[in-house]
Amino acid sequence: MTEEIIISGFGGQGVLSMGKILAYSALMEGKEVSWMPAYGPEQRGGTANVTVIVSDERISSPIVSKYDTAIILNQPSLEKFEKTVKPGGTLIYDGYGINVPPTRTDINIFEINAMDAAAEMGNPKGFNMIILGGLLKIRPIVQLENVLKGLRKTLPVRHHDLIPANEAALRKGMEIIDKR
Amino acid sequence: MKGNEAIAHAAIRCGCDGYFGYPITPQSEILETLAVEKPWETTGMVVLQAESEVASINMIYGGGGCGKRVMTSSSSPGVALMQEGIAYMAGAEIPGLIVNVQRGGPGLGTIQPSQGDYFQATRGGGNGDYYVLVLAPSSVQEMADFVDLAFELSFKYRIPAMILSDGVVGQVMEKVVLPPFKPRRTEEEILRECPWASTGRKGGRPINVITSLELQPEAMEKHNLHLQEKYKTIRANEVRYEETQTEDADYLIVAFGSAARIAQKAISELRAMGIKVGLLRPITLWPFPSQRIQELSQRMKGILSFEINAGQMVEDVRLAVEGRCPVTHYGKMGGIVPTPDELIQALKQDFQIENK
Repeated sequence: MTEEIIISGFGGQGVLSMGKILAYSALMEGKEVSWMPAYGPEQRGGTANVTVIVSDERISSPIVSKYDTAIILNQPSLEKFEKTVKPGGTLIYDGYGINVPPTRTDINIFEINAMDAAAEMGNPKGFNMIILGGLLKIRPIVQLENVLKGLRKTLPVRHHDLIPANEAALRKGMEIIDKR
Repeated sequence: MKGNEAIAHAAIRCGCDGYFGYPITPQSEILETLAVEKPWETTGMVVLQAESEVASINMIYGGGGCGKRVMTSSSSPGVALMQEGIAYMAGAEIPGLIVNVQRGGPGLGTIQPSQGDYFQATRGGGNGDYYVLVLAPSSVQEMADFVDLAFELSFKYRIPAMILSDGVVGQVMEKVVLPPFKPRRTEEEILRECPWASTGRKGGRPINVITSLELQPEAMEKHNLHLQEKYKTIRANEVRYEETQTEDADYLIVAFGSAARIAQKAISELRAMGIKVGLLRPITLWPFPSQRIQELSQRMKGILSFEINAGQMVEDVRLAVEGRCPVTHYGKMGGIVPTPDELIQALKQDFQIENK
């Protein structure tokens, strides 16, 4: 199994940390992982994306041109990455940031209104965990309990009290993701 | 962890005595990680943010001159600034480690990945007839493993060693097994292993002079001949490379560092199309695996040198192949990293290969 994932959105949405938590969770399961950010003079509101590869085998290139799964969190990202999803692959997007929805018919498209759900839950920072929950519902790359372990590993100890809220967000995401 | 973080952890673990550096993207995590780890409280390793790259390299010159395992790191424009100091170290035969996490150039360039400093690293970079020993890691694991290796080789031959990495290997996060902990050498060990070092005479031995200056041309010629002899020994003993799927290959890709990872992906896709391609990954860029490439060129239909630059290593490949088969280059510049698909297209186009 090899899953090549692109996560792309605005800087500050938690794109890179979502990727990092996913990568650490897969590491907990003994998988090979790579996490490659499109680094640059990034800032909140700019664009950010990260390529996460999870595999049972040694990973060759950390940079790829086609993805099994794309997680799209704003319009520029959709324009850039919709065409890079492999036929039969998966595209997950949050409707909040998208004016012109994806149009391809040869891939599986899912919508997740994580921005709204995060606001309803009173946990706007849980946005990225709702998205991650949605992803894991559709593509169970890693077990939920390993994601919680991954969170423990990536969050500084002083923020470990936030883990239950993150778990709730992950479960919310699993609930609300919708096939289009 | 990130490749840059692995460099920092490996330095602490391999008995490094000091790090001197100045921040620059995409390698700032090296200094940042050292600052977080505070090795001065554990191993006694000195970590200093110098006022510039010029200062950093001269601190390495001084530290190495005392027989200490010292290092610096920077990215392309910063390493350009260091070239004078590196030439002085080569001339004075001072060991030390320079890490270059390359970004796009020339000049200040971009902060995204590149391999545009191949010429600078493998041709000496400064003035005079000299080389530095260049290791090219292609994974986070090798970033960790090559720190100790670079120090070992650097002290063995009294030559500056360089880890030539790039923004991809520096920034990517992968699984890594950190090397076992090795204590810093004691003063006695340094005295024994580095009799040439300026350790304080404390009576007895003759004065050790560390200089790259010689006023008599005859003496300077003699020193140069000695350096050339040393480079010959290194060429004979220290060539390192990795070969994959070359046994039955019709075509060969030569690539180092992150480009070799991209090439690996392209090769598995090419093989799925029925096109037999192999990979030779030079691990030491100097000394270069010329002999192996020459041997392989005798049974290849074509060789493609894949680099994230305008075509630099391709010159060394051509020198090794000596016209035995066609040699082409594919790469991108300025911080753009080519994808496996683009490499596949280039290879098929260069050698007019149809899908089988």
